Amino acid sequence: MSLFKKFSFSFIALLVSATAFAEEKSLDDKINDAIKPIIDPFVGAIFSPMPGSEALLGMPFPWIVLWLVVASIIFTFYFGFIQFRGFAHSISLVKGDYIDPNDKGEVTPFQALATALSGTVGLGNIAGVGVAVALGGPGATFWMILAGLLSMASKFTECMLGVHYRNEYEDGTVSGGPMYYLSKGLSEQGRATLGKVLAVLFAICCLGGSFGGGNMFQANQAASQIGSIIPFFSEHRIVFGIIMAIVVGVVIIGGIKSIARVTEKIVPVMAITYVGSALLIIVLSYDHIGAAFAAIIEGAFAPTAVAGGAVGALMQGFKRAAFSSEAGVGSAAIAHSAVQTKHPATEGYVALLEPFIDTVVICTMTSLVIVITGSWVPQDQEGFLTGIDLTAKAFSSQWSGFNYVLAIAAVLFAFSTMISWSYYGLKSWTYLFGEGKFKELIYKLWFLLLIIAGASMSLGVQRPRNLRLIASLSAPLAHRR
Amino acid sequence: MSKRLIVGIDDQPENCRALEFARQLAVERGDISVRVIHVLEWSPYSFLTTEELMERKKRRQEELKRAHEVIIDPVVDKFKAQGIDIMGEVRYGNIVDTISDYCKEVEGDMIVVNRTGESRISARLFGSVPSSLVQIADVPVIVVP
Repeated sequence: MSLFKKFSFSFIALLVSATAFAEEKSLDDKINDAIKPIIDPFVGAIFSPMPGSEALLGMPFPWIVLWLVVASIIFTFYFGFIQFRGFAHSISLVKGDYIDPNDKGEVTPFQALATALSGTVGLGNIAGVGVAVALGGPGATFWMILAGLLSMASKFTECMLGVHYRNEYEDGTVSGGPMYYLSKGLSEQGRATLGKVLAVLFAICCLGGSFGGGNMFQANQAASQIGSIIPFFSEHRIVFGIIMAIVVGVVIIGGIKSIARVTEKIVPVMAITYVGSALLIIVLSYDHIGAAFAAIIEGAFAPTAVAGGAVGALMQGFKRAAFSSEAGVGSAAIAHSAVQTKHPATEGYVALLEPFIDTVVICTMTSLVIVITGSWVPQDQEGFLTGIDLTAKAFSSQWSGFNYVLAIAAVLFAFSTMISWSYYGLKSWTYLFGEGKFKELIYKLWFLLLIIAGASMSLGVQRPRNLRLIASLSAPLAHRR
Repeated sequence: MSKRLIVGIDDQPENCRALEFARQLAVERGDISVRVIHVLEWSPYSFLTTEELMERKKRRQEELKRAHEVIIDPVVDKFKAQGIDIMGEVRYGNIVDTISDYCKEVEGDMIVVNRTGESRISARLFGSVPSSLVQIADVPVIVVP
């Protein structure tokens, strides 16, 4: 594609978005209207609370959370605690100890892990944890870590399946992920129709997830955060959305990969900086550490605490772990399926590090900062803080400069997550509607529009549907082996 | 005693002074065999976008094919026509390590590379292929200006 074409495409994208943002609310409704009829009955069913849970526990307990956690427990036992037994092996695989010299130039386990992680480590790690602690109290941290450790077994399973059932074409391209392992794996067991239906269902949900949690939620929270350090953007969130859409458009439509590559090099550095800053804050507040851990343990088991007591903490913690690591959701299996290996299980080992880094390390850091600084206790004058606002308050409580680290991390995490999810979504789109330049362009333009819409919305409207879409991904996984 | 020269070539074999040096020597002495290697710079720890990840296998095949057709095959044909014992190879990896490893593998007696002509500052900062080779190779290295 010529340079002119590249830029004209981006320009068209901009024009389309510019006309669209005048009616952004209704645009959002339109999206809703388009996707709702397909997904709603399904989403409604899996998000429906378990009967009697409200009366018994004081709050609704959706099936989906139970589903993901039970699956991860089953996988943990089925594979004999693979996440602990295999951890050292995972590290040596990522280091490249087992790379066949003849395979040089192919995708290495490290590269697959890094790319999958850049899709997973997003604003969920910063903002989502803020929501979990705000609603579930400090005890949510405990359950989040536990669920993170369990979900390593889910990730192991899905990425192994992703490699085992991938399609390798003559020209060397690879397609993998739940669409393929559901349809191929189940047809091997004589349930071809079921496999096909679930694969299509997955593709629809993945598409929804790529618009919701993989895009709008990211844009939304990044806009909030950047607005807190650059006031201009807080009044004109849409401008930030347009800038973000242009940069993403240059990468996914313009094909200028260097921007993505640069960002993805910064993301690990940013992740380390973020965790480092969190550790520093924790160390600076050393006199509160004991009390914070007491609050975490107490909140995790106490029958009465904030928002539903132990059950609320457990639910929020499990939810956060499940949605942040995307374990059991199937998205990472798409990226991992590209790896060069003769043994699918090796990629399972590599992938199990993902929930560990994402949830057990990064999410936990955010959570500890919120709890240790005492920021989760609502102050009367500021109202109820949640999401990234709570995280920001916790970070800036020690030194206001951390706000800048947080804002930069937020934008970069959001960007790399959008790039990854645009690809997951595109793969689902082509799985459903077939390949073709024009069809793919429609998806990409739509994706860019939603960045703008996402950036200009407020969390209240935004969050529930997002979580639903991204979580509905995990339903088709019900029937994997 | 016959000698084996390992020649590292970049993507312009027609302008490669190291190659020309090896050819002349082989023609003059008659007992010299030549092994040429072209290295595609590659790190197992580089970052790829998801799209690049999925297309990596395809790209790799294309890169290897192109390197053989455009770089290695013409050189091999030219040398063969002059009766020189020659073989060529394309590999992925770090240039210096890969050339050095290849030399060990095929039992080369000498490595021949072009001078790269970095300024002193950039050579200090990033090193250069010839100077690094001189440091790590197990055999003499000829750097052709």
